[in-house]
Amino acid sequence: MKLIFERSVPGRRCYILPKCDVPFEDIPDDMKRQKALRLPELSEVDISRHYTTLNKQVFGVNCGFYPLGSCTMKYNPAVHEEIVGFPGFQAIHPLQPDHTVQGCLKAIELLKVRLCELLGMDSMTFQPAAGAHGEFTGILLIKAYLRDHGGEARDKIIVPDSAHGTNPATANMCGYKVVNIPSAPDGSVDLDALRAAVGPDTAGLMLTNPNTLGMFDKNILEITNIVHEAGGLCYYDGANMNAIMGTVRPGDMGFDVIHLNLHKTFSTPHGGGGPGSGAVGVKEILVDYLPGKDTVKENGEFVLKEPPKSIGSVRSFNGNFLVYLRALAYVLSLGGKGLHEASQNAVLNANYLRVLLKPHCRTSNEGICMHEFVLTIEDLHKKYGVSASDIAKGMLDCGVHPPTMYFPLIVDEALMFEPTETETKEVLDESAEAIIGLLKQAATDPEALHKAPVTTPVGRPDEVTAARSPIIRYMDFDA
Amino acid sequence: MNIKSNLKYSKTHEWVEELDNNCALMGLDDYSQDQLGELVYITLPEVGDAVTVGESYADVESVKAVSDVFSCVTGTVAEINEELVDSPEKVNEDPYGAWLVKVEEISAYGELMDADEYKEYLSTL
Amino acid sequence: MSSYVPSTEEQRLEMLKAVGVSSFEDLYADVPEGMRLKEGDLKLPDGMSEMEMLAKMKELAAENKIFSSIFRGAGAYNHYIPSVVKRVTAKEEFVTAYTPYQAEISQGVLQSIFEYQTMICELTGMEASNASVYDGASAAAEAVAMCRDRRRNKVLISGASNPEVIKVVKTYCFGSGVECVIIPAKEGKTDIAALKDALDETVAGVYVHQPSFYGVLEDCSAIADVTHEAGALFIMGINPIVASVVKSPAECGADIAVGEGQPLGMPMAFGGPYLGFMACREKLQRKLPGRIVGQTTDDAGRRCFVLTLQAREQHIRREKASSNICSNEALCALTAAVYMGTMGPNGLREVANQCYAKAHYLATQITEIPGFSLVYPGSFFNEFVTTCPGCTDELLSALEEKDILGGLPVEEGILWCATELNSKEQIDGLVSAIKEVFGK
Repeated sequence: MKLIFERSVPGRRCYILPKCDVPFEDIPDDMKRQKALRLPELSEVDISRHYTTLNKQVFGVNCGFYPLGSCTMKYNPAVHEEIVGFPGFQAIHPLQPDHTVQGCLKAIELLKVRLCELLGMDSMTFQPAAGAHGEFTGILLIKAYLRDHGGEARDKIIVPDSAHGTNPATANMCGYKVVNIPSAPDGSVDLDALRAAVGPDTAGLMLTNPNTLGMFDKNILEITNIVHEAGGLCYYDGANMNAIMGTVRPGDMGFDVIHLNLHKTFSTPHGGGGPGSGAVGVKEILVDYLPGKDTVKENGEFVLKEPPKSIGSVRSFNGNFLVYLRALAYVLSLGGKGLHEASQNAVLNANYLRVLLKPHCRTSNEGICMHEFVLTIEDLHKKYGVSASDIAKGMLDCGVHPPTMYFPLIVDEALMFEPTETETKEVLDESAEAIIGLLKQAATDPEALHKAPVTTPVGRPDEVTAARSPIIRYMDFDA
Repeated sequence: MNIKSNLKYSKTHEWVEELDNNCALMGLDDYSQDQLGELVYITLPEVGDAVTVGESYADVESVKAVSDVFSCVTGTVAEINEELVDSPEKVNEDPYGAWLVKVEEISAYGELMDADEYKEYLSTL
Repeated sequence: MSSYVPSTEEQRLEMLKAVGVSSFEDLYADVPEGMRLKEGDLKLPDGMSEMEMLAKMKELAAENKIFSSIFRGAGAYNHYIPSVVKRVTAKEEFVTAYTPYQAEISQGVLQSIFEYQTMICELTGMEASNASVYDGASAAAEAVAMCRDRRRNKVLISGASNPEVIKVVKTYCFGSGVECVIIPAKEGKTDIAALKDALDETVAGVYVHQPSFYGVLEDCSAIADVTHEAGALFIMGINPIVASVVKSPAECGADIAVGEGQPLGMPMAFGGPYLGFMACREKLQRKLPGRIVGQTTDDAGRRCFVLTLQAREQHIRREKASSNICSNEALCALTAAVYMGTMGPNGLREVANQCYAKAHYLATQITEIPGFSLVYPGSFFNEFVTTCPGCTDELLSALEEKDILGGLPVEEGILWCATELNSKEQIDGLVSAIKEVFGK
């Protein structure tokens, strides 16, 4: 594919702006830019065709099955895109007076109330722009709370070794030392290891439940209790929330703060990697510390108010408004029963796919899983030299997006599947058949899998050269 | 596996070569480079930095992993092998030629093995 | 009501049977009985049909006031968004794809980001750009984290920066333990003498935005010089439209360039989603946080693109990572790239020149009204602060009656903004409306 710069023709342009209707004013000479601005020069049809060409080489949820573990790639409803195009949402300046943005504030309030009920939390902020950003916010909230409650010396965050990589990175960003605790073989928290790890230096625990092996940790109350008794707070990584809506609430499990990935569980589109929304919910003790501004009702009208002990802001203004507006549309459409139904079917679909694949490949755990499960192809790797990556690449040739590879770290040659509730039984049947075909091929023709994919626009990229001698911008302008 | 007989080795697969004047060179051994795969970047300490036995003084990156490099001695960094910053593949090509740092004013050596002991140790892994 | 679950009742039963359970409840056997929600526990209303929900959202949208003319900026700008930008970025695959981990089926996203990175490098003059971060404020905060090293743990922020940015940087510093010092502004811009006094061998970086929050053009070359004399790095924030015509961060000598990309084709949308752009000199590129796309070849030697330098990232570095960011604002980066491609170098400069001309026309007109004068003496770009001879709230309310969103009230008066969308007629309308309130 040509790069946009390779389509550029000097002197070509789109006609967008009217002539300036006020006198021309020249920028002071000593302020002027010297170097030419080498942006592409294109007509509108060039733009349209270029991006249509690029778009054809993108695999979206609309293209096919996308069982990427831990990412909850569910269908993104079409009506949401219509809503975010309303001028009454698009053309609103973030610093308009509160009485002129009552619709936005009501939307925020409504989403806050509904999600708090669903999570068992007392308040929320929508300022964080992504899951990792929500984690950062959550740990800062814990840090601020401890500072005000004699816990300043608490400098350790406990993270199980099965955790998402963002958890330890977040703790480090917030100035905490990370205490990794080993997980039990089924991925659950090893209670003895946890008891041994907590102490007067414990600031908190970061955990996701169901865990990254897709298992619900039965000991969850005991876990949060151990941390609370040691004087720490409990953080819930909401990446796996799609398993449990309407069945159990993180607030009732004993968590003090939680982030949601609205772009996962609440169906806002991922946009090729963002924008997302990492809303953070908190229990009463943390409400006063929330970042940004909170919606408060005064004299029958909503106003934005900074919480009294706010940690500050993690992003400008009110976060990714149009993203969480879609989440509101989703919550309104589904209602309590629909959300419950969505989670139940997410778990059902995962289990159904699991039993289809199970006779052909080892899973990390026996028995019922939650919304996702992990296969290990360690045996195939040892026997035939076929890796998790080879199977994933083979799936590309079958038109199925591969699952998450090599995660969690505690499972060798891991493939993590999360089919979500919006897939049909037919899709699961067909995909399972394709995957089983690949698992069988590993024994009969491993060489073919090493070479996969062969039907995609490009083959496997040379990642080593890309990282050793990075080319991260186009430089042949004069060629 | 190429194990050079004039060097000493740590359990974490680093080699050290004792030099005159209380100095030594340190690097990653053949086993280490083989396990790490093709290296794409190396972060080295600065001259003058202190290094301590068993503590990380550098890290090496492959495409999908970052690993610490642990010191075999306690002392001060006298020189770094700048060439590796641009050509980390030298570690893969010639692990014993591609030293990472030269350390001076050495006050302690860690628990090290000679080539035979190290071969023995590798056979147990 | 819909949960977007496609399986039929019959299929669900069939699947439950295949799994070896008889009900959904059985799937949740691991959830302790005591905490399991029972019918009616959850106080959530039933769902809505698409028609009902759409009506509800329309009702909410109608409760927001759309101003027909907007003279407020302060970090979010009302620029024209060409139709082709909206059409192209609404393509379903771009919208619904995830992070391009599987390069073989994601060349479209990867190439669009590579092109975006190139455009940001062109705009800022830098050699390396990441695939974007959350917004301009968090980009500044991430840049601060990049500067920090073992010996230097302090950052100086110009008090003439956008207050939202200052707040976010301070919040990130509360987390990381970096000392954050605000250098008070002087005459609406950075006080270079005070900055020089505050610089010492513990300062890791200095952040200044071009133009200042008050619209005043900063002497960034001088700021770069004093910063470098002290051995610190210069982080230059810049409005991307402004960057097309004024000295680029590289030309000023900046080490890292960041900014809010919203003016490049994104609606104001009550604050987001926006786009944080981030670029730096080559020597710093391995410290750049977030996603980066690189060019390479595939096994048949064809040019292709891939996420690269991933070893810097949290999922590999875990507790050694200095940033936890593991996404970008890909669709916003795409929007910015399509916008820059559509406008081209001449179009983008024309937008900048019109903003500049209109703001200067507006300033001339407003300051002819008695009691309104420019608060700061320096050259400004498309924002400026004037005094206000009476009650600011009263003036802004009167303007609101006429469907005009006036400037932002600030301590020293009112911060006005003009863009290419403000016609002469709108500006004249604003001026006569102000005269109605105050002028005689």
